[in-house]
Formats: sequence, structure tokens, C-alpha cells
Amino acid sequence: MSLGPVTFLFLIPALAAVVIALLPGSKLSAYVNAGASFLTFLAALSLLWAERPAPGAYVLVDEFNTIFVVLITFVAFTTSVFSTTYVEYELETGRVTPAFLKLYHALYQALTLSFVLALLSNNIGVMWVAIELATLTTVVMVGIYRTHAAIEAAWKYFILASVGIALALFGTILVYMAAEPVMGSGLNAMVWTDLVARAASLEPAMLNLAFVFLLLGYGTKIGLFPLHAWLPDAHAEGPTPITAVLSGLLLNVALYALLRCKMLLAGIPEALAPGPLMIGMGLVSLLFGAFMLYRRRDIKRLFAYSSIEHMGLITFAFGLGGPIANFAGLLHMALHSLTKSGIFFAVGDISQVKGTQKIADMGGLTSTNPLIGWGLVIGVAAIAGLPPLGIFTSEFLIVSATLAKQPLLALPLVLGLLIAIGALFLQLNRIAFGEPKGPNHKVKCSYVPMILHLGLVLIAGVYLPATLVAWFQAVAKLLG
Amino acid sequence: MQNLNFDIAHFLAGSLVLVSFMLLYQDRLYALLNVYALHAVVLALSVAWQAYIQDAPQLYITAAIALLFKAIVIPVALHRMIVKLGIQREIETVGGIGLTMLLGMGLVALAMVVTLRATEGAGLLAREDLAFALAVVLLGLLMMVTRRNAVSQVVGFMSLENGLVLAATGAKGMPLVVEISVAFSVLIAFIVIGIFLFRIRERFDTVDVAALDRYRGEHG
Repeated sequence: MSLGPVTFLFLIPALAAVVIALLPGSKLSAYVNAGASFLTFLAALSLLWAERPAPGAYVLVDEFNTIFVVLITFVAFTTSVFSTTYVEYELETGRVTPAFLKLYHALYQALTLSFVLALLSNNIGVMWVAIELATLTTVVMVGIYRTHAAIEAAWKYFILASVGIALALFGTILVYMAAEPVMGSGLNAMVWTDLVARAASLEPAMLNLAFVFLLLGYGTKIGLFPLHAWLPDAHAEGPTPITAVLSGLLLNVALYALLRCKMLLAGIPEALAPGPLMIGMGLVSLLFGAFMLYRRRDIKRLFAYSSIEHMGLITFAFGLGGPIANFAGLLHMALHSLTKSGIFFAVGDISQVKGTQKIADMGGLTSTNPLIGWGLVIGVAAIAGLPPLGIFTSEFLIVSATLAKQPLLALPLVLGLLIAIGALFLQLNRIAFGEPKGPNHKVKCSYVPMILHLGLVLIAGVYLPATLVAWFQAVAKLLG
Repeated sequence: MQNLNFDIAHFLAGSLVLVSFMLLYQDRLYALLNVYALHAVVLALSVAWQAYIQDAPQLYITAAIALLFKAIVIPVALHRMIVKLGIQREIETVGGIGLTMLLGMGLVALAMVVTLRATEGAGLLAREDLAFALAVVLLGLLMMVTRRNAVSQVVGFMSLENGLVLAATGAKGMPLVVEISVAFSVLIAFIVIGIFLFRIRERFDTVDVAALDRYRGEHG
């Protein structure tokens, strides 16, 4: 392999993880982390211009994953910037020790590496390994505070996610077994591009079984109901930058893996249609997430359930299929990732300022801390899908695609979205408006990442560049 | 000779399912660890046999990992940990043993029906192996669901993982099997180290999963 951007995408996080682990002192590690994340983002950007290497046995660069590599390295970079001030305060208050902080930063780079590997792999086995690596690193990061609650959450996450990745591996083995008689034993039968090219000659019954396992396995990581149980705990108990990474990146990467598997089945008419399964699970997750928003008392849990709702919506859109729904699904994936991590940046600052995550102990944030208060208001307006923010566009497209294809399904879909809007504003009212409550610690915050994310979401709602639209359309066509 | 090869592979894979059932009715942690070691030995034999009949020397590595790491290192480490951390040694189950066994039988039947129907195109040996492997995976899941102690949940997960290795080695010439079995060993080592590093003593002490709800921050 020549020294293209792909090599750098793998090398930078891998080297940075080692460098951080070897560095003396923990102060510097936060900056090395942010710097390495920035370099990774630059390498990802260069993918847009560089000549694409031909798909090999391990690496694939196409329109679909390029856009996600850029998005994910961008969010990883902004989160690492947010993280610098966040962890500094945590260190001051003694919630983490310097040694654990260094571990945290090294793992952050390992996590970036695993995301990039999962996205760029052309081999279903390697993709699985990458997602396992992502699981392992996030488990440690969720438990890094070592409080009783954090360890409980990490344990629960670990057990459920392990079962999920075990099921996904079983599905991967089944895909191989379906391919082996046709494509011969060995590496070829796991190469994704070859599999898709010859999908029509594979045994459909076996692929059906494989897809069910892959859906359940990767669905656990996406947080689809009823496999979501780890998600709220892991979101609530870990450090907030990790919450942002979980919601904004991990869920997306798992969904990406599932979409790759769906594309495999799409080429075979006799195989089971993945659509209805995904529509069903997506819709149930959406409704479940929306209803669960009402009685949350913990601010991070609130937005964790909102992530379940949105991942359900996206899965629904891809299950529906067709150029418009796929386009909307992709747009929603990108915007949800930006918005949700932006919200979690605000939430991280809020929980540090207030010294708690309990919604009951917050109030009047817009008057005491206007910047993060209003940031949260805009973020919630965006995530609820209000115009002119970007998510309105994608939700509107999903609803109109549903009306065109399956009008009856639009009813529960719109109901779910409205329920979520109601719940979000009810909760927002308690947090951001009214009488100021609770303490008001002086905390140094990084506002730039939050403003940047929300700004991008606003711009996307007002004006989507034509090249981006064309790009998404091409990917939507690829998805079938 | 072909028949004998098949019969031995079949016998070993079937034994793995049988040992999975033995895991289900253990009510002492030490006994559970011993049975798990047996599970790993049977897996090692099965993988080694596959390596021999498929003429795939790299699978001997997987077999060696199973034998050394899973059958010896992990049980010994967990054993010492139980002593050192003073973890309660009885296993608390959800629902009775009888019910669990019945469910287990149902799951094995399900595994047979599902895989044998779906895999008509594959070779006979691969099909049978896959059916047994799915049975072991499902029994492992059942064990994780019906146990309350964290250590027995871990053992359930490890037996599930043995089922996956069985499936992977049964698929003829599957690449990355060795890598995957190494990755899984890392995962397991991770849990065991995690238990130590985080000293989740309380987690292992309180048998009550309901304690989880208290930490959700949802109750005041």
C-alpha cells in the first residue's frame, strides 16, 4: 500500500495512542489528543481529493464511507477540543486521577482508530474486529470515574455489547459459509466488494439467517429497542466527551456496519427483504425513545433516550429505502451526529457548572449562563426538528417519503416525533428557564465546538451545498 | 476414513453441547469453573480435529489458545480471584434449574431446526457443526440471562464464545479465525483484569441485579 491518506488515517491515531501512553505527565496528553485528532481530520479531508485506491482485500474507499470518515473524524476532533477543558476541571475536582486521564486520552485515540478501521474496511471480519475494539475501549472509558454507578454502567454495557458483538460474529461466519461454496475458501469470501458483486449466486437462506444475526448484533450497538438497555446507563455515567462520542459516533458506525450488510442482501431477490425488519425495529425504538423522554430526571439520560429515538428514526428511513428515504437517512445521520454531540457539549458544561446531572437541581440557565443556556435551547430545538435547523429538513423528507410509500406508517411516525417534541420542550423549560436553581461554579468551558456544531446544523437547514446534495444522492443510490 | 473423520468431529461438537448443559445445572462457583475448563478442553480437541481434517495448521494455534488460556489460565485466575475478593460461592439462578434445562432443550431444538433448514447448500459437516455451534451460543446466552452472579455471567459469556470459535473453525478455510480467537482471548483477559483493576467487589458480592436500578439516578 502506498502512502496515501488511508495510511495516515490509520497511522496517526495509532501512533498518538502510543505517544500519549509514553508521555510523562497528564496535562500535555489532552493537547496531544486534540492535535492528533486534528491531523486525523485533515487526513480524512484529503480523502475527498486524493485519488481513491482500488478496493483491496482489506481497505475500501468509496463515496459512502468517505463522507462518514470525514464526519466522524471531524466530530472526534471537536470533541477532543471540548474534552481539554472538561477533563481539566474534572482533574481539579478530583473526579479522575492523572494516571486514568492519560489512559483516557490513549483510549480516545484507539477509539478513533477503531472507527476509521470499521468504516474503511473492505472485509467483514476486519469490520467486526474494529467494532469489537470500539466496544472495549468505550467500556473502559465509561467506567473511568470508578464510582459504583459508573462501574455498574460499564459492566452492563460490557455484557450487553459483548453479546451483541458475539451475535454479529455469528452472522459474519454465516456470511462466510454462504460465500465459501461459490467463491472458494480463504480471504476472498470475506471481501465485501467481491461479496456484493457475486451476491446473486450465494445461498439466500443462509444469508437470511446471517442478516438476522447481524441485525441483532449490530442493532445492540445502534441501541435499537429491545437491545438498548446499555445505552442510557453508559451515556449517563461516563465522562461527557465520551457521551458525545457514543451518541455521535459509535451509534453511527454500528449503523454503517448494518447498512453494509443490508446492501449485501439487496442484490438478491429471493432473500428476505431487510426493509420490514428495520422499519419495525426502527419504529418501535422511535416510539419507545419518545415516551421515555418524559420522566427522565437525569439530563444525560434524557438525551440518551433522544439518541435511541433518532437512531430508530434513521433505521426506519433506511428500512423504507428508495432514493428520498435513503438520502434523508444519510442527512439525518450526519446532522444527528453534529447536533447530539453539540448538545452534549452544552450538557457537559452545565453539569460541571451545576455540579450535578439531576434536572430537578437546574433551572434558569439562560439567565445565569446565557451562552450554554441558549446553546442548549438551540440544540434542543434542532434535535426536536424545528425549522430552520437542519434536522427539520431530514425529518420532513423522511415523513414525506413515508407518505409516498407507506402512508399508514406515517401516522405512528409523526406521532412519535410529536411526542418527542413535547417531552423535550417540557424538560427544556425546567432546565433553561424559570428561577435559577442550585450552585453556579466557575468553570472554564470550551464554547467553540458547541457553537461550531450548532452553526453547521443551522447552515445545513438553510442552505445545503449542491455538491453535498449530489454526494448524498449518489450514496443513496448505492444503498438501493 | 471420511466417515470416521466426520463421526469424530460430530462427536466432539456434540460433546461441547453436552458440556454446555452441564454448565447450566452447576450451583457452586468452583464446580462451574471446573466444568468450564472441561468445556474449553473439548473445544480444543474439536478445533485440533478440524485442523487435522481440514489440513489447516493455523487452527492448531486456536486449539492451543483454547487449551492453555481458556482451560488453564482463566479458570485458575478466576478461582484465585474468588478466594481473594471473598466472592459468594453459591450461584443464584433466576427460575429453577429444571425450567432452565427445559428452556435449554428448546433452544437446542431451535438451533437444529433453524440451521439445518437454512444451510442446505453447505457441506454436511459444516452444517452439523454450525447447528451445534448455534446451540452452544444459545445455551451460553441462556446462562447469562438466568444467572445473577457476575462470575457466572462471565462463564456464560465464555462458553458462548467457545461456540463461536467452534462455528468459525467449522467453516472451511475461514480466514482470520486465529485473529478472531486471539481477539476474543484479549476480550476475556480484559474482563478478568477489569474485575481486578476496578475491584468490582461489590458487584460480585451483591447477587442482586436489582441493585442496578438504584444506580440509575431515576429514583430520587
